[in-house]
Amino acid sequence: MRLILNRIFLIFSTFAALVGLFFLGWILFTLCVKGLSGLSLDVFTKDLINGGLRNVIVGQMMMSGVATMIGIPVGILAGIYLQEYGGNSKTTEFIRDLSDVMMSAPSIVVGTFVYAIVVVPTGHTTGWAGVLALFILMVPIIVRTTDDMLKLVPIELREAGIAIGASKYHVTMNIVVRYAKAGILTGILLAFARVVGETAPLIYTSGSSEFWSTDLTDTFPSLTVSIYNLATMPDDNLVQLGWTGAFLLTAMVLIINLLGRYSGKKKRS
Amino acid sequence: MELIFKKIAQLSASLVFVILAATTIVLYLSAKPAIEEFGLKFLIEPRWGVQEKVEPPAIAEQSDLKQLEKSADIQTDDDFIKDEEDFMMDDEDDFIFDDDMESDSNRNKTIYGALVPIVGTVFSTLIAMLFSIPLAIGIAVFLSEIAPSALAKPVGVAIELLASIPSIIYGMWGLFYFGPFIASLFGGNTVSLLVAGLVLGIMVIPFMAALSRDAIATVPDMLKESAYAMGATKLEVIKDVVFPYAKTGIIGSIILSFGRALGETMAVAFVIGGVYQFAEKVTDPTNSIPVVLANSFAESSGLSLSVLFYLALILFVLSFGVIAIAKFYFLRRK
Amino acid sequence: MKNMMEVKGLTFTYSGANEASLVDVTLPVEKNKVTALIGPSGCGKSTLLRGMNRIHDLYPGHTYEGVINLLNTDGKSYTNILDIKKEAELIRLRQRVGMIFQKPTPFPMTIFENIAYGLRLSGIKNKADLKDIVEQSLRDAALWNEAKDRLDHDARGLSGGQQQRLCIARAIALKPEVILFDEPTSALDPISTLAIEEMISVLREKYSICIVTHNMQQAARISDFTGFMYLGEMIEYDQTDTIFMKPSKKQTEDYISGRFG
Ligand SMILES: Nc1ncnc2c1ncn2[C@@H]1O[C@H](COP(=O)(O)OP(=O)(O)OP(=O)(O)O)[C@@H](O)[C@H]1O
Ligand SMILES: [Mg+2]
Repeated sequence: MRLILNRIFLIFSTFAALVGLFFLGWILFTLCVKGLSGLSLDVFTKDLINGGLRNVIVGQMMMSGVATMIGIPVGILAGIYLQEYGGNSKTTEFIRDLSDVMMSAPSIVVGTFVYAIVVVPTGHTTGWAGVLALFILMVPIIVRTTDDMLKLVPIELREAGIAIGASKYHVTMNIVVRYAKAGILTGILLAFARVVGETAPLIYTSGSSEFWSTDLTDTFPSLTVSIYNLATMPDDNLVQLGWTGAFLLTAMVLIINLLGRYSGKKKRS
Repeated sequence: MELIFKKIAQLSASLVFVILAATTIVLYLSAKPAIEEFGLKFLIEPRWGVQEKVEPPAIAEQSDLKQLEKSADIQTDDDFIKDEEDFMMDDEDDFIFDDDMESDSNRNKTIYGALVPIVGTVFSTLIAMLFSIPLAIGIAVFLSEIAPSALAKPVGVAIELLASIPSIIYGMWGLFYFGPFIASLFGGNTVSLLVAGLVLGIMVIPFMAALSRDAIATVPDMLKESAYAMGATKLEVIKDVVFPYAKTGIIGSIILSFGRALGETMAVAFVIGGVYQFAEKVTDPTNSIPVVLANSFAESSGLSLSVLFYLALILFVLSFGVIAIAKFYFLRRK
Repeated sequence: MKNMMEVKGLTFTYSGANEASLVDVTLPVEKNKVTALIGPSGCGKSTLLRGMNRIHDLYPGHTYEGVINLLNTDGKSYTNILDIKKEAELIRLRQRVGMIFQKPTPFPMTIFENIAYGLRLSGIKNKADLKDIVEQSLRDAALWNEAKDRLDHDARGLSGGQQQRLCIARAIALKPEVILFDEPTSALDPISTLAIEEMISVLREKYSICIVTHNMQQAARISDFTGFMYLGEMIEYDQTDTIFMKPSKKQTEDYISGRFG
């Protein structure tokens, strides 16, 4: 009897795993089939207005890239503060907790917030508003990974640095951060991968544009928002373009994720 | 140098708090007109954007019986009179009043209520949970206890990668493939509460499975082995040793997934329908808070915009609470 | 029959490993005696012990060659436990050959449930019986006095030494014939260690015991026989006195006198 129950359970749980994986496989399969069938050189050389995705891909990368550029120093500095200067005080713990929660906070709310403070006063959507929204989303992630990675640095290393007469600043920047570099890099890549696929916070901050633009002070082309718009178009060609965009977006996110994992593993072992 | 560095770092750290506080305050201030207009009744009001004829207070006095029945309404009327003054001073954005000001006898007010999207959010998330919990836990158990490690490693990585796929992909797939599939199975619409819940569920599966697997991985091998050494079967070891040991971690990952699903926009936006209607059957379309937010900003201004901020504030508080419970009660950092 | 178990010519290879971790190992476990296994780290002591109740089989792909005999309940014939294929028989085997691990492994349940758990698995459901056996096992494991008032407390609230004794109580509740100990005291303080050593010398009257230890004094104090292992081989097996006083192999002597290890 016990053995029969055991057998049933094992079969059930394997079955559950298969069902779950089936759906996920189904999604990836559709994505590849639909996405690849629309892939052509035009997608990369033409702008949305001409039936390509060049401007929106560049736009998405640019907004995520700028957000990351600002997010990296802020996030890393904050992480350094928490781990190296904050000690175990209440405030440090509080900031940690807040970052933890913010990492999972709904991204649409961040979009709403940015809409209120940037778009309403300026009266129109801008690339900078999109950048701000993505920046807000990524900072907590970088803060927490930096914090965690610095925690792994052996305390002896810091003491040894101080013992040879280096200042706290030097020890932190030249020894501790260097030691944790690989891990921090992984964190940054994962944070980038996370924001590059965001749609909700961009819809009303950057909006999206069909034209080529590198001017962040105006409505800015966004891949994800365009996918959202394209997918609900009555025109089959546009829907197809949406699938191609979805495929490229997923490929991008997965590759960055893999890069992040790889860079973390290589250095650690 | 030393000091400047420390100060800048400190500033960066406090930025996290500043952002959070600013979000709360800005949302609150932007929502204020709506909060004053509708109060907490907003939460239980099912109508959205419906014009309601405002009765002069005199009408309420017509019959005692009616007055009793409508005591709640009278309160609205009172509120309304108070708010009217507020709005007179407001700028011209408040188009509702621009119209209404003209004739006192034929005065309308537009009613907004969050009940439909709140119910839609909660139910789609519940469906998602009912669907994803057994599957995600199944995957977690399979990966950590059943599959040989040659299989568990690559599948585990695949699951983590799937968790990183942008949610818009799930939504799009739901719209074009899964929705029609569900409609062909259960009838009803290709966009519905059910489809939204299931797509949401499928989306959180990898996330929940990866977290639960990590929780299960904290169970020491030796502990499991000592149960096996007493003649326990795999089921018994999992049921009596692994689950109790990893309980808080697993519950935490479920609640965290719940919090994520609550605020999820793109996976749901395509497939819930976006109509201000309760779903009488699960196969009916309805709405959810994030989806309302995603779809309505462009055509809103004045009070109708303020109402959206009120919704955002509700969503923020709701998911913040759920996530905080998961993080602090169940997944406390060691 | 004086041997409770007999390992004969056992060669064991971990799945994926190029070399065998045990090579042609032979070890008798005499009835109602304590047999100690000593040897430098990585020599295969745990590997051998874990073969004797086939806990290795939880992870697929390992290979055994040779024979591990276990005395049948009739007291006359042996069964080769490596021939066992059916899961039900493996479960039965593990109930007959109990095991205590390096670190205490209290299950996430109450003290009472920790002991009753294995009993329920073996089919004892009657409340009164359960209570009796739990009490008896706790007494045998010298834990009754400390635990009797908190049987319904979470077992993880006990001290490390108490937890380890609880694990022993849990194992003996199943009335095993052999108990395998893998460095049972290496995570404990000297007092708890002493308590467990004393217990083992009492347990010998009812059970046959095989114990892995890194502590040579411990082996000398509590065991009747000792096997010295090195690089996966059983270098020497004899009466404990002989091994410690006049070992016949140079390697054994070097190890015991602390010249390597
Ligand atoms: N799961 C495993 N897979 C492959 N090789 C293993 C595994 N476990 C142990 N080994 C190898 O088998 C050999 C014997 O290990 P074992 O754990 O039996 O040593 P030990 O004598 O118990 O050591 P210690 O005193 O440190 O506990 C070692 O060389 C070890 O590297
Ligand atoms: Mg060992």
